[in-house]
Amino acid sequence: MNDTARHIPDRLQSPALKAFKSWETLLLAVAIAIFVTNSFLSPYFLNAWNLSDATFNFTEKAMIAFAMALLIIAGEIDLSVASIIALASTAMGAALQLDVGTWGLVAVGLGTGVLCGAFNGLMVTGLGLPSIVVTIGTMSLFRGISYIVLGDQGFRGYPSEFSFFGQGYVWWVISFEFVLFAGLAVLYYILLHRTNFGRAVYAIGNNPTGALFSGIRVARVRFILFLLTGLMAGVAAVCLTSRLGSTRPTIALGWELEVVTMVVLGGVNILGGSGSIPGVVIAAFVMGLVTFGLGLLNVPGIVMSIFIGCLLIGVIALPRLWAMRRT
Amino acid sequence: MIRYLKSREALLVGVILALIALIASRFPAFILPSNLVNVFTDTSPLIILAVGQAIVILTRCIDLSVAANLALTGMVCAMLNVAYPGLPIPFIIAVALMLGAVLGAINGILVWKLTIPPIVVTLGTLTIYRGIIFVISDGAWVNAHEMSAAFTGFPRAEILGLPVLAWLAILTAATFFVVIARTPLGRAFYAVGGNPHAAVYAGLNVGKTQFWAFVLSGTLAGLTGYLWVARYSVAYVDIAKGFELEVVAACVIGGIAIAGGAGTIMGAILGAIFLGIIKNALPVVGISPFWQLAISGAAIVIAVAFNARAGRAKGRIILKRAEAEAQA
Repeated sequence: MNDTARHIPDRLQSPALKAFKSWETLLLAVAIAIFVTNSFLSPYFLNAWNLSDATFNFTEKAMIAFAMALLIIAGEIDLSVASIIALASTAMGAALQLDVGTWGLVAVGLGTGVLCGAFNGLMVTGLGLPSIVVTIGTMSLFRGISYIVLGDQGFRGYPSEFSFFGQGYVWWVISFEFVLFAGLAVLYYILLHRTNFGRAVYAIGNNPTGALFSGIRVARVRFILFLLTGLMAGVAAVCLTSRLGSTRPTIALGWELEVVTMVVLGGVNILGGSGSIPGVVIAAFVMGLVTFGLGLLNVPGIVMSIFIGCLLIGVIALPRLWAMRRT
Repeated sequence: MIRYLKSREALLVGVILALIALIASRFPAFILPSNLVNVFTDTSPLIILAVGQAIVILTRCIDLSVAANLALTGMVCAMLNVAYPGLPIPFIIAVALMLGAVLGAINGILVWKLTIPPIVVTLGTLTIYRGIIFVISDGAWVNAHEMSAAFTGFPRAEILGLPVLAWLAILTAATFFVVIARTPLGRAFYAVGGNPHAAVYAGLNVGKTQFWAFVLSGTLAGLTGYLWVARYSVAYVDIAKGFELEVVAACVIGGIAIAGGAGTIMGAILGAIFLGIIKNALPVVGISPFWQLAISGAAIVIAVAFNARAGRAKGRIILKRAEAEAQA
């Protein structure tokens, strides 16, 4: 054997160097920079309660973003998440009229989310339709049902125990939503990075046909991912409805964009196949800190959306521009 | 002949006629010529946008920024009219076409040069364009009394019994009918969407073709922007919000394959007319307008499911026929 001719290095790169160069590290640096800039720009930024308030800007969206990250890694997308929130919230409001208790309301919210996710999943895996079109359709359909039920009216008068999910604090400034967000982050980290299911998600995203031939039940995994995304939209609907204390058909309008932006900003490849949960977690903080910082500086919401649109295109464009310069 | 009768377009014409007959059986006033003209005029913006969107979808892309482009161009035209009431309408239309083309070209460049997926690009530019309207208008409305009579009168002026708006929709449809069927660029849209790899070997520049599709879609959105603002005599940040979905729905219902390369301009126009009739019939039949969003959503979902089935059956028939011929 000629062991001298072929030298295969043990490692292509030291893990430390690889981690240093990763997207997540870059993003973390950006998050810290934004944090520092904000604390200089506004005297109100460095306040435990203000910072706690700031987390509400992203916790609900991030919960959906975790499931959406898995979905996008598997090469699919769900643009109907914001409409699922609207429908789930409407269903909870309707249940409220029937004197359903707090836990019943939660069950209705989560159940509606799962049903909507199952509908998307069935259309995509059962009929073999492209997920973009299906979810553009269900995006109008689900919110459309909310409009049919509510018109220009709204539901309010949720029970006081129900307000805990969106307004309650577990300990000092740590809100229930933040704890839920952190717990889900850990769960999704384990699911994506530490289980066979997670490996299957990457495999499907990189090569669906190859994944099928290596014994992965591609359709089943995809269906479960749509179900999970629907469920997370249901969870977000419970939190958001509880936080706002009312339901209107325009609830969470345009959130699908922010969720997708969060996922892409977190380093998930929009074409599928790569990405990580830590990246999405940091991206959630970046977006939350930016919107909160701009809010403290009295920048109107719609101007922030310009910023988010630029962020979405920018984070995808910049690496490509960089690669073009080098070649 | 039989092929034409079996086509999606013939089916849609049948469905549309049946729908009109159904409404007319209960509400005869609906088919008065004057009302049909109203329905068509009301659907004209959707028709113009659907033609542009159809071209974009043919090339395997999607343009979700059309409604935002429309709103931004409309706002610019309205503000221009308020600032310089003497500007001639052809100048305003030229500005609308050019601004629309530029906004479309921004999408096109990002898709072509940076190969960013079109859905991401246009989701991004959708929010950016809407945001820019807020920035330039400061959130204020431009109202009817601020606009000049010539500005608001143009789309409503009647020629041979039809308003200019309706004529422009017909003109757009006719132009793109010819462009798609009879020009190299028109055929390139199909080739690029049908099989990009084959298109490259045939000497086509895929990205550049997609770029032109976005420019055309943007230009038509710009034109619609002026027409919309002038017709409704009001411009504000949220005009035509969510309209992009209705435009996509018209295309999908019209049989434009979302995977690109298949479908006709005629189909997209019929899809738009179908949605237009439903929209105009709802108040007549006494259904709350709040149903409209759900109906277009359901129409999209049913139409895609139908498209997928139709496509699958056709493939099998071709195989069966080939098998039968091989055995004979």
